[in-house]
Amino acid sequence: MSTTEASPAETGRETFVLNLGPQHPATHGVLRVKMTMDGEYVVRAEPVCGYIHRMQEKMGENRTYAQFLPNTSRIDYLSALTYTHAFVGAVERAAKLQVPPRGEYIRVITSELNRISSHLVWWGAFLLDLGGFTPLLYAFDDREKILDLLEGITGSRLTYSYFRIGGLYNDVDEAFIKGTREFVAQMRPRLKMYRSLVTENIILRKRLIGIGPVSAEMCRKYGATGPVIRGSGVGYDVRKIEPYSAYAEFDFVAPTFAEGDSMARYLVRMEEMAQSLRIIEQGLDKLPAGPVMAEKVPRVLKLPAGDYCYAVEAARGRFAVRIVSDGKEIPYRVKLRSPSLSNLSLFEEASRGMLLPDALALMGSLDLVIPDIDR
Amino acid sequence: MNPNLPPSIPFQPVDYAAKGCHFEAVVAADKVVEAAALLDGAGFALDTITGVDWMAAGQMELIYDFFRLEKALRVAVRTRIPRDNPEIATISGVYPGANWHERETHDFFGIRFAGHPDLTPFLLPEDATYHPLRKDFVA
Amino acid sequence: MTNLLHILLAEPFRLALALLLIMSFVGVNAAYLVWVERKGAGRFQRRPGPTEVGYAGLLQPVVDAFKLLSKQLILPTGVDATLFRAAPLLVMAPALIGLAVVPFSEKLLGRDINVGLLLIFALGSINVMAIMLGGWSSRNKYAIISAARVVSQNVAYEIPTLLVVITMIMVTGSMDLNEIVRQQAGGFWRWNLFRWDVNPLAPATFLIFYICMLAETNRAPFDMAEAESELVAGAYTEYSGMGFGVFFMAEYTNILLGCSVATVLFLGGWQSPVGILPGLFWFLAKMYFLIFSVIWVRWTFPRTQFYGLLNLSWKILIPVSLLTLILTGAMLKIFSV
Repeated sequence: MSTTEASPAETGRETFVLNLGPQHPATHGVLRVKMTMDGEYVVRAEPVCGYIHRMQEKMGENRTYAQFLPNTSRIDYLSALTYTHAFVGAVERAAKLQVPPRGEYIRVITSELNRISSHLVWWGAFLLDLGGFTPLLYAFDDREKILDLLEGITGSRLTYSYFRIGGLYNDVDEAFIKGTREFVAQMRPRLKMYRSLVTENIILRKRLIGIGPVSAEMCRKYGATGPVIRGSGVGYDVRKIEPYSAYAEFDFVAPTFAEGDSMARYLVRMEEMAQSLRIIEQGLDKLPAGPVMAEKVPRVLKLPAGDYCYAVEAARGRFAVRIVSDGKEIPYRVKLRSPSLSNLSLFEEASRGMLLPDALALMGSLDLVIPDIDR
Repeated sequence: MNPNLPPSIPFQPVDYAAKGCHFEAVVAADKVVEAAALLDGAGFALDTITGVDWMAAGQMELIYDFFRLEKALRVAVRTRIPRDNPEIATISGVYPGANWHERETHDFFGIRFAGHPDLTPFLLPEDATYHPLRKDFVA
Repeated sequence: MTNLLHILLAEPFRLALALLLIMSFVGVNAAYLVWVERKGAGRFQRRPGPTEVGYAGLLQPVVDAFKLLSKQLILPTGVDATLFRAAPLLVMAPALIGLAVVPFSEKLLGRDINVGLLLIFALGSINVMAIMLGGWSSRNKYAIISAARVVSQNVAYEIPTLLVVITMIMVTGSMDLNEIVRQQAGGFWRWNLFRWDVNPLAPATFLIFYICMLAETNRAPFDMAEAESELVAGAYTEYSGMGFGVFFMAEYTNILLGCSVATVLFLGGWQSPVGILPGLFWFLAKMYFLIFSVIWVRWTFPRTQFYGLLNLSWKILIPVSLLTLILTGAMLKIFSV
């Protein structure tokens, strides 16, 4: 991926290096992007990561499986439940534990609520980058309702340690079910309002349509998944292609748009929020009765030697966990496959020759959470 | 044998329900680039590159994960390299996304990827000389 | 005693008094328009805005002024000291002088010059250069990019502004602001906005002037110069304390000037539509209505890209304003009085 940069003598133009970050209002987290600029054009944008590297994978080798659970929420704090889901799913696969149906359904419902709240944060922050200051407050207003619902059953607002190996920590109560139904009922008109006020705004459309085209082939080569690849015409969604948990029993669509520009990625996420509302409704309607925790989960869990993988569709893309066990009660190796890392890795190639505001719009449309990249 | 898989790589079926992977192949270290090129030609996407330090056996293992985009098919290509001189060819010419995964594996294990355009620390500080995920690493 | 009053009300003391009043008016406005903006932004965003300091946050601007005054005026190494210090003053001065010729009511104006409009727009161009000086002298990459953007944006938007103003001068036959307002006497259908007999595209003309005013004062959606999420604070990045404060006061003063010129040219200045309250009240009411709409627009729309902004000016506003100019000229010639 080396670029032979044309020297100033050849092109007759001098370039300068502009440092975006690590503290910058636009980058969501501590990310430094070394941009070599020719006036307003980006010649080369090189992301420099590692400012929030916390060595999660090393921590995985020092803790038992149950002790690692809080770490999983903190990798991508906006989409915390899905990340915990991947880890407990891998352990359950290895230990052959069967989560009861009620537990699976509640996992799906809460994961989808988490997905909506993550997309709301993305939406507000993206519009903030583009100069529209107001939608952020509306998005956070909706998100407060989700956070209150989840706080009622999990006790936390952001980094939930709700899923346990074999099921859930707590069953849901009537207040949660009632509150979630109310939330779904009032969220649908809000999404309509966001569409008419923001998505159909001519200034926003001019900022996003045709900006930052990413082809499906580029996504495949870089391993970009989630709304990035679904905005380029490929309908890859782990919930549909490799169904896990109870997703096979739900009726929903993974929205796909073919244009490949920032607007397509934007529309994918807005549509996903609507689809998540459908899933939540179906989940609440069909919620089976029963226990939420598997029987006979050993207190000291030792997995047989070998490799175990599990992949989920987090808000940002495909998150996969690979646990290498050597038979002891702490894993030998925990590998966390981060969707934001793969999504950001195509930024360098995709942003060549773009104008600075367009490059930033592209970066915003990739929906990055830097702690997810750095782990 | 699955028709989607390139025939020259020795893939073995794996119990998906227990392991989460469909096919696995163990190849020699010098065949990795060829395997990656064959999988790229067959339309697989790169998932990640995992390093594992088997200190007791004196080897380091590299697991290359790939997946298909239109159906559920996960494959893993595994290879082992000696621990005291860990070197392997880079696949970033085939899959540009491997660039960052290889830099990260180099950060954590000290594995050198021959032919990599820029093997500088990715997550560790620029002047780091240690490799934290090695089993003999002392902070 | 009346002798003293007569002396004071004679030139040049009257002018000095007028300038003093204008400076205090600008000072109070710059402070309290910030309050209006923050409260307005809060309400648009479903939150209360400043409420802590004073009743409903009314003392907030005072406290902010104290904060800015108490900060150290840092002169970064390597900057051009004269230009760096001069830039905030150069942004403030033209707006203040421009306000001296704006008629707040029939008798209340600094000086009744018969080329008032020319004065305002001639001085307004200094604004551009001052921001560019501020950005360039800061020796900061973000500031230089921002300064370059400001120059291209302001140059592009001056042209439709001046074309529109020329159209209005043709309609009114005078550059004297007080005279223009006097001509719009006799009910709101006589305001220039509604005089479709001479200028059939008068609402379009007003809209073009309004958009150009937003662009000239660097207000959202045209605030590329200080696009916070890209360029930190743009041309003002290196300014601290009151230097920064003066830039912001100057921005609000420019908005004040722009809205008052719009009021005079299109909405009848101090003319009252129902003939009860004094002229000053109507002038301020119309001007503050326009200012509120400027604030409203800022918090509603995202920012355009700067080439979208330039396209808007060169490809849409200039042709339309040329069209209004030609149409108005034709109407005046055909139905010449």
